[in-house]
Amino acid sequence: MNDMIKMVVVLTVLSSVAGGVLAAVNKGTATQIEAQQLTFVKGPAILSILDGASNNPIEDRFKIADGDAETNFFVGVFDGKANTIAFEGFGKGFAGDMGVMVGINMDDDKLVGAAVTVHSETPGLGALAKDKPDLVSQFKGLSVTDSVSVTKNGGQINAISGATITSSAVCVAVGKTMAAYQKMKPQLQQEIQKFGK
Amino acid sequence: MPKTIVQEFTKGLWEEVPPFKLVLGLCPVLGVTTSMENGLGMGIATTFVLFGSNFLVSLLRSIIPQKVRIACFIIIIASFVTIVELLMQAYAYPLYLKLGVFIPLIVVNCIVLGRAEAFAYKNKVSYSIADGLGIGIGFTMSLGALGAVRELLGNGSVTLWGDMSYNLLSTFPSYQPFSFMVQAPGAFICLGLMLCLINAVGD
Repeated sequence: MNDMIKMVVVLTVLSSVAGGVLAAVNKGTATQIEAQQLTFVKGPAILSILDGASNNPIEDRFKIADGDAETNFFVGVFDGKANTIAFEGFGKGFAGDMGVMVGINMDDDKLVGAAVTVHSETPGLGALAKDKPDLVSQFKGLSVTDSVSVTKNGGQINAISGATITSSAVCVAVGKTMAAYQKMKPQLQQEIQKFGK
Repeated sequence: MPKTIVQEFTKGLWEEVPPFKLVLGLCPVLGVTTSMENGLGMGIATTFVLFGSNFLVSLLRSIIPQKVRIACFIIIIASFVTIVELLMQAYAYPLYLKLGVFIPLIVVNCIVLGRAEAFAYKNKVSYSIADGLGIGIGFTMSLGALGAVRELLGNGSVTLWGDMSYNLLSTFPSYQPFSFMVQAPGAFICLGLMLCLINAVGD
């Protein structure tokens, strides 16, 4: 009986201490990890969407909290005017969440581009959503009021062959950013005034 | 005759070098050694985990009950692996992207669990640290060597540090890099040949 109690106590204490330490390390590294992800994962996606902007979109960013989640918005300045905004939406892919960075021109409410940021899709199939522009380039020029889905579901986006679930996830992610944009547009317009002066 | 601390440390460098003499922990050995940098990065991460887990297991060896020792080892090892993963994300993000799933898989690397079970649980803290560091550094050297050979033959050049690299084509202009070496079958063949070489030298 004593043995039993000792085992339970040791395991419980060990697990609790491990949990505490990990929570502390997680908290301590969170800001640094976010900065690294901005540089290495989201950075290239943002720069490809806001190509030709005269500012540095990664530095010119602001946060808006919507419910529990905070979203980073990246501002692109074109011809001296801050009129383009890029932010990330998520969809459920074949293997975990997929992040898609979407750029929207605030003057005419049209998409200027989209790019996959984070994913865990199959290399050679779903991963092509990030590696090749065929899928994401189709979003360019769409209006934020359009509904997006793959042709199989009656939409206008040609899916990557062999990766319909991934393609749908990208559509869902883009659709979410469109909805969020429409909901938050007044707020965004206010924030964006601060940039591009 | 009991070994000294120095002997416990140096045995990991040659006598019991994990992938070649013990032939343990082959999953990362085959998986990540597509370049020298990846191999060394993986080796250093594993060394940190080995050091940490050997230290803690040895320190707590009188407290951990015999019957649940494996569960306790796994908690300790998994914690260190998660710490490595977070630190790598924070300070070496490109390397983290390249090593990917192999970092969390250090948890099930049988070298780490093997050292905890076979050594640290039975020996003093100082000896366990020496053992962990020795085995870890031996593992790092092996992965680095294997990665260097594969990168050199597969790409025709090997990145030593940062921008410093050696290009095989500059010495042998007619050399044709064969990408077979950086693919999975190349890993098996290269490992086999290195095992053969090391056994030949050892005898």
